[in-house]
Amino acid sequence: MSTEVEEPPSEATDADEVASETAAVAAPDVLADSLGEYAKLWVVRVRSGDSGFLPVLLGLVAIVIYFQVRNSLFLSAGNLVNLMTQAAWIVLLGMGEVFVLLLGEIDLSIGYTSAIGATFTCWLLVPPNPWPWPIAVLVGLAVPAIFGGLEGVIITRLRLPSFVVTLAGQLLAIGLLLEVMDFAAPGSGGTIRLYNNVLLDIEGGAMSPLAGWIVMAVSVALAGATFIIRDQRRRASNLAAPPASVTALKIVLMAIAGVVVVLIGNTNRGVAVAVRGVPWVVPLILVIVVAYSFLLGRTRSGRYFYAIGGNAEAARRAGINLSRIRVAAFALAGLTAGIMGIVYASYLGSVSTNVPGGQNVLLAVAAAVIGGVSLFGGRGKMLGAVLGGVVVAVIYNGLELLGLGAAPQYMWTAAVLLAAVIVDATARRGRSTT
Amino acid sequence: MTNPSADDARPATAGRASAPDSDQPPQAQETQQVQAPAIADQAGAQEANGADGADGSQPLLSLVDVGKNFGPVRALSDITLDIPPGQVTAIVGDNGAGKSTLIKTISGIWHQDHGEIRWQGRPVHLHTPKDATDLGIATVYQDLALADNLDIVANMFLGQELVRHWQLDEIAMEKTAKQTLADLSVVTIRSIRQPVGSLSGGQRQAVAVAKAVMRQAKLVILDEPTAALGVTQTRVVLDLIGRLKSQGIAVIVISHNLVDVQSVADRIAVLRLGRMVAVGPKSQFDAESIVDLMTIGTTRRLVGEPAEPSRPAGQSSGSSSEH
Repeated sequence: MSTEVEEPPSEATDADEVASETAAVAAPDVLADSLGEYAKLWVVRVRSGDSGFLPVLLGLVAIVIYFQVRNSLFLSAGNLVNLMTQAAWIVLLGMGEVFVLLLGEIDLSIGYTSAIGATFTCWLLVPPNPWPWPIAVLVGLAVPAIFGGLEGVIITRLRLPSFVVTLAGQLLAIGLLLEVMDFAAPGSGGTIRLYNNVLLDIEGGAMSPLAGWIVMAVSVALAGATFIIRDQRRRASNLAAPPASVTALKIVLMAIAGVVVVLIGNTNRGVAVAVRGVPWVVPLILVIVVAYSFLLGRTRSGRYFYAIGGNAEAARRAGINLSRIRVAAFALAGLTAGIMGIVYASYLGSVSTNVPGGQNVLLAVAAAVIGGVSLFGGRGKMLGAVLGGVVVAVIYNGLELLGLGAAPQYMWTAAVLLAAVIVDATARRGRSTT
Repeated sequence: MTNPSADDARPATAGRASAPDSDQPPQAQETQQVQAPAIADQAGAQEANGADGADGSQPLLSLVDVGKNFGPVRALSDITLDIPPGQVTAIVGDNGAGKSTLIKTISGIWHQDHGEIRWQGRPVHLHTPKDATDLGIATVYQDLALADNLDIVANMFLGQELVRHWQLDEIAMEKTAKQTLADLSVVTIRSIRQPVGSLSGGQRQAVAVAKAVMRQAKLVILDEPTAALGVTQTRVVLDLIGRLKSQGIAVIVISHNLVDVQSVADRIAVLRLGRMVAVGPKSQFDAESIVDLMTIGTTRRLVGEPAEPSRPAGQSSGSSSEH
């Protein structure tokens, strides 16, 4: 090996700077040999603007501390479980938005298409002759997915901006929601109750404490095993792999997070009767995050989401079918909206035409962007939507706990969203100038 | 016009720059040699192959009387050019000379309106970029077509990902990418898992070339590979071209930079207003004669010789009146 592995400095930069720049942009995983070196590279990388989940985690900690200082009930088990159920639907809608944001597109309609899907689901479950709930769920997922897919077809075929098409889609969805509701439950005041206990339990029910521990332990073990096996396969093939200490640290952090969630969930939060357990929605979201992350990170189609978002022309020249991926993105956003609609109905116990779909979709975009998903396409992870969704939920939950109304909730969310977009745009500019 | 005479001949023009031992008689031979392709232009493919099959081997790619129109605009007229295997052919010309049209025709983006393209002696029809890629023609455009947000491995395999058990086979892809870069002696890249957006211009060019080579290219076309690069990075790219050549890959370089052309090319083809005004080994040209050919289509140094005055110019005007 030559010692001249650094690229020769370009004009007007000294060698040191170039060295640190090169180090900065590469993932520390593949460069570091030890934990110490990993930390050093990571710090350099964060300084260069490519900070991953750090800003959102720091922001979250700051906001949590603020609310805890203002109201000591904030970190109580009861409120934190409440927070999980509130965050769930924001997170889900945010994950739907990730698919389209990765392509540099946006979908404004999913706040209402989710409600249409949920209306179908609730309608099919109304007694006295309810359909089997899995079928009702499938219908509730299929309707928004098809709606999204059709929007995608219009956007790709006619080469229209997704902003306008999905804005039209939103208005259409509001109209359809009123129509469907009117047909399904005439004279009900625009509301259908969710009668199915299985679906109500998503947000309202909880795993038994023991089941919580088992699910958590199995999840951490599986994830840890995946990491370790992957590293070993890379080492066996003589490829750079993250140092074992780093992987161990990751697994430990994951285990700690899991234990904390289960401990919170298993603390008695009942007033008169004991209520314990992690809400079912938590493992549900876990499964969806893992599935979507696998899709985006480990499959060919997922790779194309990033390629198209990064450089559509390069993707086209590489023979990638852009239309297919774009339509798939809008359909997946719709599908995820369908899941969110059912979770939202489970949260409220009913579905209503008064659903704030426009506001919800903006919260979803905010969640994704706060979680590091770029509005310009090509950058971001599913996990980002989870973290961003939690931030948004914490703001709402905390301000409500302080007895503040809607006004500061909107303004706080606006401030956080703006901050996230500024971070996104600045990082992007930083990258393009280097 | 046989090959030995071409090798022996030292034109006065090149002689001034590099070969002080040249004398008058070879100059005369040289003049004819330069014009040989122009004659072949008219005479057709047989002679073109005979004249340009430099060491007797078959040219990898032959263009025979290729023409391309865009409506009334004649972008290319009667281009006859042989690309020998394992050599670097530079195509030079002023803006609008038809360089881009020519390489886009070779890469299957546009199909020629006249003439024939032969690959290893066989006539081929390149209607889509895929037709060209399937033959082993890889084109690296000036904009490189890399996704900045993806890492080097992902970019090199974009559209051709290896899949195993429904998953991307990252390990196999990374190994292949690593090997390809190593074969090209690209050592300045620290980690092939870094996003392409973080690379320098020369490194990006190297990745784009490696991507082309990895797909078993026999001919790599580089469009202005050094246009946006500084001195050091240009060096990197020129070295890279040399290594492609040493691997037996034919290279076509489009360039404005005559210094780069002189340093890297084995053969030079000069285009002017859609016509090939001169083709020949690098030794037949110097910077001044290339500039003359690019701008006025002829050069005093060549046409001024008593043997065959003004043949290229006459040839040009003759064939334009044909159409």
